[in-house]
Amino acid sequence: MNELVLAIELAFWQQTLIKVLVAAVLVPTTALIFGIVFLFKVMSWMQSRMGPQEAGPRGLLQLLADGAKFLQKEDIIPDKADRFVFKAAPVVVLASTFLIYVILPAGPDLIISDLPTGIFFAMAVSSLSVIGVLMAGWSSSNKYALMGGLRAGGQLIAYELPLILAVVGVVIQAGSLSMQDIVLAQANGSMLGFSGVGLPFLITQILGFGIFMVAIQAELTQPPFDMPVAESEVVGGFHVEYTGFRFLFFFLAEFATAFAFAAIAATLFLGGWYVPGIDPDSMLANVVGPIALFVKIMVVAFLIFWFRFTYPRFREDQLQRFAWKYLIPLALVNITITGALVVAL
Amino acid sequence: MPKVPGMVKGLGVTFRTMVETLKPSGGPATVQYPHEKEEPAARARGVIALHEENCTSCMLCSRECPDWCIYIEAHKTLAPPRRAGGKPRQVNKLDRFAIDYSLCMYCGICVEVCPFDALFWSPEYEFSEVSIADLLHEKQRLGEWMDTVPEFEPYEAGSEAKGRKVPR
Amino acid sequence: MAKLDGEQVVRCEPIPGYMHRGYEKLCEVRTYPQVTTLVNRIDWLGSFANEVPFILAAEKLMDVEAPPRAQVIRTILFELSRLGNISLFLGDLGIQLGGLTIGFYAFRDREFVLNQIESATGGRFHPNFDRIGGIKDDLPKGWIAETKRAMDRIRRLCDEFEELVLGNEIFAARTRGVGVIPSDVALSYGMSGANLRATGVDWDLRRDACPPGLSYDLADWKVWTHPDGDSYARTWVRLQEVRESTHIVDQLLDSIPSGPIMAKVPRIIKVPAGEAYVATENPLGEMGYYVVSKGDLVPFRVKIRSASFNNISVVPWVSRGVIIPDLITIMASLYFILGDIDR
Repeated sequence: MNELVLAIELAFWQQTLIKVLVAAVLVPTTALIFGIVFLFKVMSWMQSRMGPQEAGPRGLLQLLADGAKFLQKEDIIPDKADRFVFKAAPVVVLASTFLIYVILPAGPDLIISDLPTGIFFAMAVSSLSVIGVLMAGWSSSNKYALMGGLRAGGQLIAYELPLILAVVGVVIQAGSLSMQDIVLAQANGSMLGFSGVGLPFLITQILGFGIFMVAIQAELTQPPFDMPVAESEVVGGFHVEYTGFRFLFFFLAEFATAFAFAAIAATLFLGGWYVPGIDPDSMLANVVGPIALFVKIMVVAFLIFWFRFTYPRFREDQLQRFAWKYLIPLALVNITITGALVVAL
Repeated sequence: MPKVPGMVKGLGVTFRTMVETLKPSGGPATVQYPHEKEEPAARARGVIALHEENCTSCMLCSRECPDWCIYIEAHKTLAPPRRAGGKPRQVNKLDRFAIDYSLCMYCGICVEVCPFDALFWSPEYEFSEVSIADLLHEKQRLGEWMDTVPEFEPYEAGSEAKGRKVPR
Repeated sequence: MAKLDGEQVVRCEPIPGYMHRGYEKLCEVRTYPQVTTLVNRIDWLGSFANEVPFILAAEKLMDVEAPPRAQVIRTILFELSRLGNISLFLGDLGIQLGGLTIGFYAFRDREFVLNQIESATGGRFHPNFDRIGGIKDDLPKGWIAETKRAMDRIRRLCDEFEELVLGNEIFAARTRGVGVIPSDVALSYGMSGANLRATGVDWDLRRDACPPGLSYDLADWKVWTHPDGDSYARTWVRLQEVRESTHIVDQLLDSIPSGPIMAKVPRIIKVPAGEAYVATENPLGEMGYYVVSKGDLVPFRVKIRSASFNNISVVPWVSRGVIIPDLITIMASLYFILGDIDR
């Protein structure tokens, strides 16, 4: 499977160690990139400002400075809090983020583990974060945190379904649950007989892509679906009692998850690491792949954050109604059509 | 033409603003404060400057001040006569003129009531202090601000108000 | 104070008093010119508008009237403070509903209005510019042209608000039919201003009971009402009011007569004994001053009727049984200023 790593003849434990280190570096780095580029810069530009300017060249190191600041903060645990659960909650949330990174392919050989049920695994572990959020909301012994945690729980469960159903269309078309196979299916596909650029599933699954984008917006609790963390309603929601590095964990998890979901969207719908004109089996694809994937991720993430900075938020009941009455039936229709077409053609 | 949904229009607004901010001709609406500064209006009420020579210690400003934050101390003294051979004049010599800017409401009544053109508004705004007690400024500091007082602006057409000059 | 059952509001009651600064009492130990600088701070977003009714009441007692030029300039500044106030409402509503971006746009364009107020009066927030018998100073050169440019910016902000928030389907879903106040309830709670007009009552003091000293009759304008009385209607009425206000300013700028800016008023102002009540249509609603004078340098008693106190008193009625997100919408669209509640 992993020819690149195997070529250097490493023992299994050495490979594992390298993979763990890569993931450990990758997760905070991607969160930092997203935080700086989108939260600081793009948001500022959309609001007619320049964003941070002082820390580092053009303020690009501001988030590092903020992270260092968080580490210095006092670690406050509320008196009545359930201490063990309170401490465990951010770790659980961050762990679910780490696990998604396992199946993200950045090139034909650049993948931590190409599980045969890759996308299914990603959907499963991403919903683990609900448990962490509920733990945080419950253990804080704060009414706002509890309310926010319950809202988050209800929201994440409701939007898990359209997320998975939107993916099913892609899976039917690719005929595999493995992330690598999905990329290869898009690379080897042809568009109306013309096979030069492959077949990004965006074109055939445009409805699925739309549902997927809406669902990940809700999964990330971003506006217009940010009731769990709405300041004006529940004063910050489930992480209201968290300070210092525990809050940093939530922050990292939020943006690293955004990166992971953007990467999944790029892989499922935009062809992942595949670049037209480069043989997907060649060594070159391992070099160009990560760059191509990164560019595609940035495009998807721009969409996510563009929605975030533009829309006001829904109400809790409207959110649930939107999920159950519109998104899930639409996703089911999408699956039906895709299935029928795959069988017919 | 079918109606564009409001949600799409909203995306257009934010995208347009982003492009405008990034365009060299547009730029952001903000200025990077310590590096570049906005020029306040000439009438801006930043800080009160004192032209000491004009002050006769008449105490009008101190009395009219709504929160009584102007402290004036003076003593009577004899000044040389105006004409040679005349009697020496009795004048008030200003010993202390202080404004407590931690109390001042920047209402401008003192500047308005001053009958001898001794108080002026300066648009200067960078005089913050670490300790609130340090905001009590004596006449020497108030006199230094006199240099930052701009000339009075000319009036808009149709005005009958008389133009005034700042003594230097 | 809100008592909740889950997310449902059982009872919600505003408890005013935490920002009470005792202005009515303070006014009794301040001379008439000193009072204006205090009352600036009641509704701190539209501060010039707070001075005007007090000055008009004092003018009524002294039986003086400002010259026409001063009246027009006073009216322009009155409208500018309305713009500065309500444009911030447009941004604040977006922030309360989770759309931060419009808040920044509102602050950006409100800056142009504040700059105009500053270059005319010297103060951005607390102008203290209105005087008994006129205004403090004449306009600086180039102010009229600059103000017209600021009005264009505000109209652009209105368009952006309409596209970004008011036209948004999410916003409509959040506000339509939420917090409906029928006109009889609004009247019985003494609501005024845009909150009242949003219930369909066609009442605007600028048009219907304009006190002498303001020159709204020089401009051609319209009072906007909305029949629904919900949060959407309140927002819509305020947006139209901002637009209308920019047109009033534009027209008045073209019709500033030449002449003096101060009537003949003694240097030391003593107001003859008597009582007067003058109310104007402030950004938040009806604001009135009941001034009792005993012929002294200082008023004997000043009673301030501020709009927000009455507007907020409807909250217990309107918030029965709503859920928390709706409560946010209702409070934001009722639009109160804390200082205006407590004085």
